Amino acid sequence: MSTKARHRRPSSYWLYLVPGILAFLVVIGVPFVLNLWYSLNSWKGGKSAMRFIGLKNYADLLHDAAFWTSFQNSVWMIVAMVIIPTVIGIFLAAMLFDFIGKHFSGRVASFLRATYYLPQILPVTVAGILWNWIFNAQTGALNTLLRALGVDSPPNWLGTPQMAMPSVMIVMVWIQIGYPTVIFMSALQRVDPDLYEAAELDGAGWFARFRAITIPQIRPETFVVTLTCTVAALKVFGPIYVLTRGGPESSTLVPSYYSYLNFFDKSKVGYGAAVATVLTVIIVVIGGGIQVAQNRWAARDEAGERP
Amino acid sequence: MTSTTSAAAARRGPDRYHRGPVRWVVLALAVVIALAMLSPFAIMLLNAFKGPADYSANGPLSWPEEFYTQGLATFWSRTHFSIKFWNSLWTSGLVALFAVVLSLLSAYAIGIGRVKGRVWLVGVFLIANMLPQEVLVYPLFTMAQKVGLGNSGWSIVIIFTVIQSAFGTYLLASVLGEFPAALVEAAEIDGANRWQILVRVVFPIVRPTCSVLMIFFFIWTWNEFFIPLVMLTSPDTQTVPIALASLQGDRMLDVPTLNAGTLVSLLPTLVFFLIFQRTLTRGVTAGAVK
Repeated sequence: MSTKARHRRPSSYWLYLVPGILAFLVVIGVPFVLNLWYSLNSWKGGKSAMRFIGLKNYADLLHDAAFWTSFQNSVWMIVAMVIIPTVIGIFLAAMLFDFIGKHFSGRVASFLRATYYLPQILPVTVAGILWNWIFNAQTGALNTLLRALGVDSPPNWLGTPQMAMPSVMIVMVWIQIGYPTVIFMSALQRVDPDLYEAAELDGAGWFARFRAITIPQIRPETFVVTLTCTVAALKVFGPIYVLTRGGPESSTLVPSYYSYLNFFDKSKVGYGAAVATVLTVIIVVIGGGIQVAQNRWAARDEAGERP
Repeated sequence: MTSTTSAAAARRGPDRYHRGPVRWVVLALAVVIALAMLSPFAIMLLNAFKGPADYSANGPLSWPEEFYTQGLATFWSRTHFSIKFWNSLWTSGLVALFAVVLSLLSAYAIGIGRVKGRVWLVGVFLIANMLPQEVLVYPLFTMAQKVGLGNSGWSIVIIFTVIQSAFGTYLLASVLGEFPAALVEAAEIDGANRWQILVRVVFPIVRPTCSVLMIFFFIWTWNEFFIPLVMLTSPDTQTVPIALASLQGDRMLDVPTLNAGTLVSLLPTLVFFLIFQRTLTRGVTAGAVK
């Protein structure tokens, strides 16, 4: 790179950034700043008058039970979209790669992987609508089946505050599982097969190999999966919209849906903008935190490898 | 992977791996999980072509008594599905194309041009990737109406071209950062200008990455829900996921109509996935090992 003749026309590469930067400013930069401005105002939206109220929207958030509920529910979303799928994904990937792939064939493993991955490719809202029907208390597949099996009063899966969140979580786990499984399987393909063989010859059982080889091997991918899925879990909107609309009694309300409600249902645009801004800050802080942790790990690994 | 595994097996004899009852237990477990993952699809397929009376009499697991297609017909005509399909197709297609071009231009300046402040630029694109769409949606909604793009597919094209290219620029910039400098230098010595280098030297080499990105952008845009839901307010502009969601809460909606609707709504992405499965699997892998 150093010998490259870039000193001839040092600024002309900037020309290639002009469309990207302009488009970025119009679609992301300006709206982001405008949203910040809205959040400092009391505004019903549309042509109604805007009134500057400073940080009042943010102060109100602190005393808003629905707002706190929505972030508590985000924790459940992280459990369902990050923690459970990642843990199951590690075992599924190890099972397919280290066991099925060797004891049967790579084709069997790839086929099983494809079935686990299938929910990932659907429009997430279409998946949600399918589950909305399966869970429907009257006409849904699950309760029709349960009644046929002799259960007199099967649960109202999405209709009661106690059952709604666990039901939504089941759907999210089903949607998410394929992603870590596929990523971890591709990570395991980087492992030198001799490493597993040597460990086996040394008498290491499956679990010992899993702990000593598989887990450390997939650490970089675990970070990527954790980062992307956590951000996705904090942003989740579509499945909530089609499954429960945040109900019943806010039991499945999430921040993105709460801000949507304020924008387009309650006509409290300034307040909705404040919710969205807080959500953004939280996402960037958590996402950045995971990124920093990853860099530390990587740095430690590199330092460890040097004699 | 397969070759090394089979080589190892051959070296050590088939008895080493292919024995014992445990392997059948593990296989059975893997198959049970696969069936559990597939069961919602199976239930959907079974009930998409089953009459409503048949459903209430025999439940979700029975084989349809007749091949009932009225649900499909009802869904198709009620949602004007061909219009929704076309709306999804042209917006997602244009986004895929424009976003890759835009990403390549920016990534060329960052990865090969190594412009000043590129670290900051990449950081900004990275953060843009994390932004929840809620923080942009109301201003975008207002702006689109001001410039006459309210309730227009073009607002979707413009918005998602930029959103997808934030990811594309990040990915392509890191790919181009490791582009062999000798190739660029050789082309410069031959008298090629920067545009010619991009089109004739850089693009042909990163074309596989670009095609993976195009497939991703297409599917991601096709599957988008939130911004299209807000922006597209009339039936003639809405996209496929919105069409299905708009039927929800309709009391006239019966089980076959809903399931047939689900089926035709997910079919396009499924077909697309099957066609490009190899490219996609490679893409998922490439995206993971950053």
